[in-house]
Amino acid sequence: MTYTPHTDADREQMLATIGVGSVEDLFADIPPTVRASRFALPDPLTEQEVRAELSRLADRNRIPRVSFLGAGAYRHLVPAVVGEVIGRSEFATSYTPYQPEVSQGTLQSIYEFQSLICELTGMEVATASHYDGATATAEAALMACRLTRRERIAVSTAVDPQVRRVLATYCAGPGIEIVDVPADLADGGTGLTPVDAASRALDDTVACLVAQQPNFFGGIEPMADLADAAHAEGAKLVAVVEPTSLAILAPPGSYGADLVAAEGQPLGIPLSFGGPYVGLMAARMDAVRQMPGRLVGATRDAQGRRGYVLTLQAREQHIRREKAASNICTNQALCALAATTYLTAVGPEGLREVAELSMIQARHTAQALEEAGLGRRRFAAPYFAEVAMQVPNAAARHAALAAHGIVAGHLPERDYPDLRDTLLLAATELTRDADIDGLVAALRATR
Amino acid sequence: MFPDDLRYSKEHEWVRVDGDGATIGITSFAADELGDIVFVEVPEVGAQLSQYGSFGVVESVKAVSDLYAPISGTVTEVNGALAEQPELLNTDPYGAGWIARVTMADAAELEQLLDSGAYAELTSG
Repeated sequence: MTYTPHTDADREQMLATIGVGSVEDLFADIPPTVRASRFALPDPLTEQEVRAELSRLADRNRIPRVSFLGAGAYRHLVPAVVGEVIGRSEFATSYTPYQPEVSQGTLQSIYEFQSLICELTGMEVATASHYDGATATAEAALMACRLTRRERIAVSTAVDPQVRRVLATYCAGPGIEIVDVPADLADGGTGLTPVDAASRALDDTVACLVAQQPNFFGGIEPMADLADAAHAEGAKLVAVVEPTSLAILAPPGSYGADLVAAEGQPLGIPLSFGGPYVGLMAARMDAVRQMPGRLVGATRDAQGRRGYVLTLQAREQHIRREKAASNICTNQALCALAATTYLTAVGPEGLREVAELSMIQARHTAQALEEAGLGRRRFAAPYFAEVAMQVPNAAARHAALAAHGIVAGHLPERDYPDLRDTLLLAATELTRDADIDGLVAALRATR
Repeated sequence: MFPDDLRYSKEHEWVRVDGDGATIGITSFAADELGDIVFVEVPEVGAQLSQYGSFGVVESVKAVSDLYAPISGTVTEVNGALAEQPELLNTDPYGAGWIARVTMADAAELEQLLDSGAYAELTSG
């Protein structure tokens, strides 16, 4: 980003133009008692010194040589074309268009994003995106409450714990009660959400069942049965999905999901300390007026040419603030464009290859640990590209390996106290056989 | 210009009384002001309306407005045809474009509403 300093002469000219004696006079309306008396800032530095300081800080980053960390964010190849497209100044510097119809290029890119998300999920309408997967999930849950006029939601404990915390935050304000649906997380259990447990949590006061596919432990949930259980009580199914898995698994639209939410990060967005990411949300057309956030529609202008518009804006906060579908959301247009570019670059076959390679390497990882006698699968159900392995002294060994630049996945015991000695290992198409060998060797060297 | 057998609210809803029951809609003046109506959100059967409280939403190509109940009561029926044909509010506001039928809670509330002459005066300004 360009840094444009003002000279003293610039400042004096500006002050003279507006008829103010000094910069201090601009703050005359702020009483001295509420002003900060001093800022604890270091002395100014030269550009050379700033660069040196930033390099010193950057050197403290520990970049793992090998990582099996997933748990909601996944390391995938980002083709160079993604950076090229989102780096174009027409996209990189433009904020959400407030005179939208003159920004046809931006609107078209959002329309294409929505179209791709609909194709991927098998749903009828998708929003222009949300902050991230967790907030998209929370917005979907609130939307289910509006659709059903109910104020309780049922959430599987096999939904990502971070997503569940954001759900709790969103539900606290409007007073929506969250009912946990306990997943079968016992050693040797399925690792899935039991349909009968879901049915027990559901009744005619529950707006939706929130379930994740694949779930937090990589397990393939019985989504069609969970949808039936929700629908039997007039509740909605909110399917939280991982987008690359949709190249292989049944799309939510096919198993009766009413609402779909997803973290879009795996689609061409690099891992970067948790963000910025992009939330995906899709629904069925009959619910469109309760959808939060932006929607771009295609239409024809007076001369019959194809054009794009923001549509159904009566849902939005700049039209009806107090009755908007959401006052706490916005889109992530640049990250959505990254996802659009990624999906366009890899295509349906490429995405399928990404998903297949991820699955294959996850199986190689699990097999390698089993054959080396280092661990065994904790859960019995089929899994996608992430697998929970029971490994003795998992926490201590996880720490020991981290010191050697190997991240041995995620420790679910941080959120699930009963899941001690478990490593949650994720693989992607970037997981090399040598990485798996390295993990096995490093685990062997610890106990 | 406005039917004589109806009562009108200053919020541009009309009421047709039939014993304890009443039918509610929006006036031709309101429909004309809104322009082409594209969506009507009707209340649920069983919903309790209170006089002047919001009970639904009407959305046109140029505006979105709340619907305010001209009288208090319990909704007994809603016009399902509006889901597919919201334009009935434009084409036949006092007939096929009715919005809801209610059992009135307090017929005395009708006294606060305008007759067609007074409503015509209100809308001619």
